[in-house]
Amino acid sequence: MKDAKGTPVLLLIALLAAAPAARAADIIGTITLKGTPPAEIPITPLMDNPDCAAMHKTTPTTHFYVVGPKGELADVVVSLKGVTGKSTGASAPPVVLDQKGCLYVPQILAIQTGQKLIVRNSDNCIHNVHCTPTVAGNEEHNDAQMPGGADLTYTFPKPEMFLRFKCDVHPWMFAWVSVFDSPYFSISDPEGKFVIKNVPPGKYTVEADHRKLGSKTQDVEVKDSDVTANFTFEVK
Amino acid sequence: MNANAQNYNPWLHRFILVTAVATFLLLGSGGMVTSHEAGMSVPDWPNTYGYNMFLFPVSKWVGGILYEHTHRLLASGIGLLTTVLAVWLWRKDARGWMRWLGVLAFVLVALQGVLGGLRVTLEMDQLGIVHGALAQLFFVLICALALFTSRWWQTVALAHDRHSEENAAVTDRRYQSLRWLVLGTTFLVFLQLVLGATMRHQHAGLAIPDFPAAYGKIWPDTSAAAVAHYNADRMEVISENPITAFQIILQMVHRMVALAIFILVAVCAWLARPPGAPASLPASQVPNTDFRRQDGGGPRDGVPIHRRLSLFWLGLVLVQIILGAATIWSNKAADVATAHVLVGALALATGALWCAIAFGPTIAALCERRVEDRRSPTATAAGAHPAMIGNK
Repeated sequence: MKDAKGTPVLLLIALLAAAPAARAADIIGTITLKGTPPAEIPITPLMDNPDCAAMHKTTPTTHFYVVGPKGELADVVVSLKGVTGKSTGASAPPVVLDQKGCLYVPQILAIQTGQKLIVRNSDNCIHNVHCTPTVAGNEEHNDAQMPGGADLTYTFPKPEMFLRFKCDVHPWMFAWVSVFDSPYFSISDPEGKFVIKNVPPGKYTVEADHRKLGSKTQDVEVKDSDVTANFTFEVK
Repeated sequence: MNANAQNYNPWLHRFILVTAVATFLLLGSGGMVTSHEAGMSVPDWPNTYGYNMFLFPVSKWVGGILYEHTHRLLASGIGLLTTVLAVWLWRKDARGWMRWLGVLAFVLVALQGVLGGLRVTLEMDQLGIVHGALAQLFFVLICALALFTSRWWQTVALAHDRHSEENAAVTDRRYQSLRWLVLGTTFLVFLQLVLGATMRHQHAGLAIPDFPAAYGKIWPDTSAAAVAHYNADRMEVISENPITAFQIILQMVHRMVALAIFILVAVCAWLARPPGAPASLPASQVPNTDFRRQDGGGPRDGVPIHRRLSLFWLGLVLVQIILGAATIWSNKAADVATAHVLVGALALATGALWCAIAFGPTIAALCERRVEDRRSPTATAAGAHPAMIGNK
């Protein structure tokens, strides 16, 4: 007589194998700005410096609000709030922060904890690379970087929003690096679009942070397809 | 001639005057470093970008490095001048307390150098505040040394008629009130300088962008929503730190203390007005509080020294208030903000020197009495020492 006890188990395994596997999905969205932001101002001290002025035909301006014609807001850092301990920074490729024309490029960056941040001097003048973290555990650095000098490499072990990099030789130079303990973040592009890739299924709070406008949050649930989360900031 | 005049050394006095002027320039240099946010532009110390400080190529004195590096070089010069000053005082000044003041000046300048270096190597803004405040005290000390080595101090101030001082103590309460008010106001000026240094080392630019209003009000809204709104509207090229409620309140306190100082200095000027002798007071008892020389000489225009100092101090405070307003109206232009620092230093020095002049004879008399008491205690027992009559 044949044994019938294993049949339900085999059936269950077959059903599971046939079911579509739950997969990671992307969180996508667009960020817009309502209202008229303050006008950007010219960085006149840059043009007063002969080394720096030689690299610009016109006076560069600040970039506090990078807004498209339809209100698309760039440079917004979007992340999953409260997701920690998921950093893959140690094995992630390094991110480059460059100094070009006596300005930091890009000005808004995001990296993971433990991920290498390479600071490069592409200018023909001295810079000092001075980062001023405010979170305990992230170390302050102030390093000289001569023209043509070696790249400087930094890592930060703790999450921190808008960690400031500055050059004291050229005091108008700033960059803002946000550090996350997971790979789930993105920065909105000039069209206001962002994509947080490969988010595992689950419920999350998506947080959008702008350096001047503050932060906004939105709850989403990731199942097996991309989720949309749009944000609107307002200038009052 | 007063025995103290034998201490007078014109070349020493001139050397100290030069040191005082050089120190004032160094204060300006340090002010420019902070005003240009250049305090960390040279990451190493005592070297400069790996070079020996004195061999750093001039071609590399660019941007913030220009301000920080020249400040270090000037500071080295002041260190040298102060060392010479201290040695000179030790060897040549007969007054023990002056020799030790010279030592104190040397210790302070050395401490300043270390503090400045540690501020850079330890990356501590708090040390920058201490460095700035101590610089003001060092400047006051050098100015005091210049005063104490002057002919005027040693032939006039200390020859001030002790009997008149006693009479002043008894009959001129206004003079007594004046000098204690000067002392208190001077301490308040120093507190104001510390407040100012704290504000400048926040590296947040102008916490309040308008004056005399504060964000359009008498007292600004410092709620979280209001501060967020201020930061959203704020467009800064340098000083990119966001402003906080603490910084706004700090500036408001600075404004209120400025007003208090103005009122107090104005009261000092009122108290220092020429004393009209009461008709009932005999001429011999009219207090000689104007430091005229015993030979009848003195200020040519007859304006008493206290009156002169009070008007000078009042003028400085008025200029300082204008510069404070100008600092805000110019969006913290570096040269205006630095001038504000320098006039603040002059105001502190003026108050401190006035205190020295007002209290110096009393302190000197007390010291002389102690020396005489030690030499002949029986003479004291036999009769009242003139210095003791009415002296507080």
